[in-house]
Amino acid sequence: MLRYLLSRLISSAALLLGVLFLVFMLLHLTGDPVSLMVSRYASPEDIEALREELGFNRPLLVQFGDFLSGAFQGDFGSSFRYRQPAMDLVLQRIPATIELASVALLMAILMGVTIGILGGSNPNTILDSIARGIGLLGQTIPTFWLGLILIIIFSLRLGWFPSFGRETFTFLGLTLPDQSIVLPAFALSLFTTGQLARFTRSAVMEVMNEDYVTTARSKGLKKKRIYFKYILKNSAIPLISIIGVQFSYLLSGSIYIETIFSWPGLGSLLAEAVGTRDFFLVQATAFFTSLVVIGLHLLTDLVYVLVDPRIRYR
Amino acid sequence: MITMKEQRNENNKNDLTGLLIDEESDRNIRARLWYIWRLLWRDKSGLIGLIVFLVIIFSAIFAPMLAPHDPLKIDLHASRQPPIWTEAGNPEHILGTDNLGRDLFSRIIYGSRVSIMVGFLGVSIAFSLGMMIGLFAGFKGGRTDNLIMTVTNMILALPYLVFVVFIAAVLGRSLLNVVLIFGLTNIPIFVRVTRGEVLRLREEGYIEAAISIGQKTPAIIFKHIMPNLIGPLITLATFEMSAMIFYEAGLGFLGLSVPPTVPSWGNMLAEGRQFLTVFPWMSIYPGLAIVITGFSMNLFGDWLRDVLDPRMRRMKK
Repeated sequence: MLRYLLSRLISSAALLLGVLFLVFMLLHLTGDPVSLMVSRYASPEDIEALREELGFNRPLLVQFGDFLSGAFQGDFGSSFRYRQPAMDLVLQRIPATIELASVALLMAILMGVTIGILGGSNPNTILDSIARGIGLLGQTIPTFWLGLILIIIFSLRLGWFPSFGRETFTFLGLTLPDQSIVLPAFALSLFTTGQLARFTRSAVMEVMNEDYVTTARSKGLKKKRIYFKYILKNSAIPLISIIGVQFSYLLSGSIYIETIFSWPGLGSLLAEAVGTRDFFLVQATAFFTSLVVIGLHLLTDLVYVLVDPRIRYR
Repeated sequence: MITMKEQRNENNKNDLTGLLIDEESDRNIRARLWYIWRLLWRDKSGLIGLIVFLVIIFSAIFAPMLAPHDPLKIDLHASRQPPIWTEAGNPEHILGTDNLGRDLFSRIIYGSRVSIMVGFLGVSIAFSLGMMIGLFAGFKGGRTDNLIMTVTNMILALPYLVFVVFIAAVLGRSLLNVVLIFGLTNIPIFVRVTRGEVLRLREEGYIEAAISIGQKTPAIIFKHIMPNLIGPLITLATFEMSAMIFYEAGLGFLGLSVPPTVPSWGNMLAEGRQFLTVFPWMSIYPGLAIVITGFSMNLFGDWLRDVLDPRMRRMKK
């Protein structure tokens, strides 16, 4: 176990180093990052001055070394627009994104797993068709369009929920979002709901065809017992890894939803930074999101090994 | 008189995979098409998906003939007209007009060109390069394979959307850039699937037989491996193409895809969003076009997967 843990840690660290290299190279891809940052009307002298100030006139390797040593100290340069360290801005935006992704994941699990179980255990019925349909809809409705439609229906027509922003209230010393989270979380969750419905459905169907379920049936065990003890328990194993992957998708995929609903999280920060050509901020956001996603993958793999005794770690 | 071949076709009605690897039936293209048609007819959802998708491709190719108006023509007198079925609708503009008086229906038809082009070219790049790298890794084995797969898995572990947005922002708005971004970033998934299939196929008896009678590696790859790869890869390509169409529209929505003057579904959504409260139809219909395209491709893809993969077919029952 220790060896497995160690090798996974090392490969994750290597991946992070790769991410740093990629993030650095992306900005230098076009040769001159400064020309990306300034407006089209900047004079050559201004551009040269900025290049001097940011150190972009030095050799690429030196710059990468500097970038690396800065990155290890959490220093990704300062945002032009906010005149603050980029990483500080990223850290400020995290709680809102985690909040949104968690609520969305919860919604997706409640809806997707329930629909998947109902569909999978009643193959070729109406319930099954519904499960398949929702799986398909989740894959084919773009979140950015769904967000707009939800605003049109539930904010503009019915007036049930606010169309943008994040309002909070305090309960038992915790700052919690109010109903302003409902629409963005729902829009964000649909894709994951569809995925979970699909996977749960096929996992349940597969387990139902296993020999041990047939044996349990022929032994005359009660239906309820077979259902909970054999079918659901074994279907849950593959779901763990899917839920882990989906959570990282929700965290990194919230860029559209946060932009549409003006949710003050990482996604809207990234969209804003891209729009204002604030590339140090883009770098910091991309790196941080990768860090979280890689960490989640690592965690999922470990939980997976712990839960399923059939998997042996090397 | 019933020939042997017909007899056999009768026997494996369900088995399209048999057709793909069987050299004898290769010669009889008509029987093959008839056979595919019968499979499609049996599962109506695959048929519907294929028909809708063909209609979209058709409208993309013949956009100039199909569109009732010039998608770029600005007519401020006719601006902000709602769709035809509302009270204020104008029969000239079926889906209404946008804030500059451009015909939405024509713009949606022209918009399919960008989506189909990005999807088709992007998948072609990812498919061809991914398959070559995957074949190489799977056949070479050892260290080369290890290195290629480590890099592939690393790229697949990254938050895709964040990096696509980053790259698009650095490169700037153009159709070529968007095609290249999606084509290149989708190589890893094709590498992984190809390599997995190659590893599985290498264990098959007929490959072993081919090796033992002294066939050369290229011959084995082209004659025995490639025909078996096509099934899973085409299925993957269908899903990846619909995903690319999605991501392209998403980039357009953020203002990072094709230039704003080009009518594309994503650009239309981005424009529509600014007028969401007053002219909701500007956002509804371009999005609906994306949903219909994605839906049809997924229906067709699901059907393809079920037909091409006998293991999946067994499970479905």
